[in-house]
Amino acid sequence: MKAHLTRRYMFSASHRLHSAAMSEAENAATYGKCNNPYGHGHNYSLEITVSGLVDESTGMVCNLVDLDGFVQREILQRFDLENLNTRAEFLQTVPTTENLCTAIYDILQRGFTHAHLDKVRIEETMMNSFEYAGAGEIGR
Amino acid sequence: MVYLTRKAEFAASHYYHNPDLTPDENRRIFGKCNNPNGHGHNYTLEVTVKGEVDPRSGFVVDLKQLKEVLNREVLDAMDHRFLNKEVPEFSTRIPTTENLAIAIWQRLLSKLNKAQLHRVRVYETPDLFVDFYGEA
Repeated sequence: MKAHLTRRYMFSASHRLHSAAMSEAENAATYGKCNNPYGHGHNYSLEITVSGLVDESTGMVCNLVDLDGFVQREILQRFDLENLNTRAEFLQTVPTTENLCTAIYDILQRGFTHAHLDKVRIEETMMNSFEYAGAGEIGR
Repeated sequence: MVYLTRKAEFAASHYYHNPDLTPDENRRIFGKCNNPNGHGHNYTLEVTVKGEVDPRSGFVVDLKQLKEVLNREVLDAMDHRFLNKEVPEFSTRIPTTENLAIAIWQRLLSKLNKAQLHRVRVYETPDLFVDFYGEA
């Protein structure tokens, strides 16, 4: 039978929202306080949902050791306690949480092979959250 | 269609062990969860049902009845229990969060008379939950 497993991770990072495609005035108008040249930070809550048939021998969709190891190595080490603007993923794009969501989805989609990736959900603050499922549908 | 979710909490212990595997394989796959004396969690259960709103009552489902079914079928059987030893489903299946969600779904499915079961979500901790939608 098919089950969907969601695991939550926390990381902290700073960023500045600034688009090279906009003038200074346009950046200020678009991003407001988030355009402060020195940046600011968040405690991000990252939820990763994977799915698959429950293995009869282990009772698991995938071993959490594999998921935790991959996320630690490929995502948390890359973003936790870093300035997102300096990371390779955001040299060309603005590190909004929308773009962070799709970047993390792409890392998982490329490298995590132990279960099907359903979606990535990120809370930037308690007041806003973002979800991305690639070509899939959000929710059910 | 309206979806309604009822939450419940229960505390239980479990351990992970497959008798078809060697002790070494069990330890390698399940790690600390293989400790035969077990360990426990505060589980949070969310049961979501769906249906059309009854024009007379304004309900999708009578919450009192749903609560009674949850208490009888799930909480009475699992709260403050050692899942491996006291819940029949887990004499043959490993009581992972995945299998717990499936077992709860199977317990509820035939007992809900009007509402249609949509999702069973089981939180093992605030950082880990499993959703089961009855998918084969």
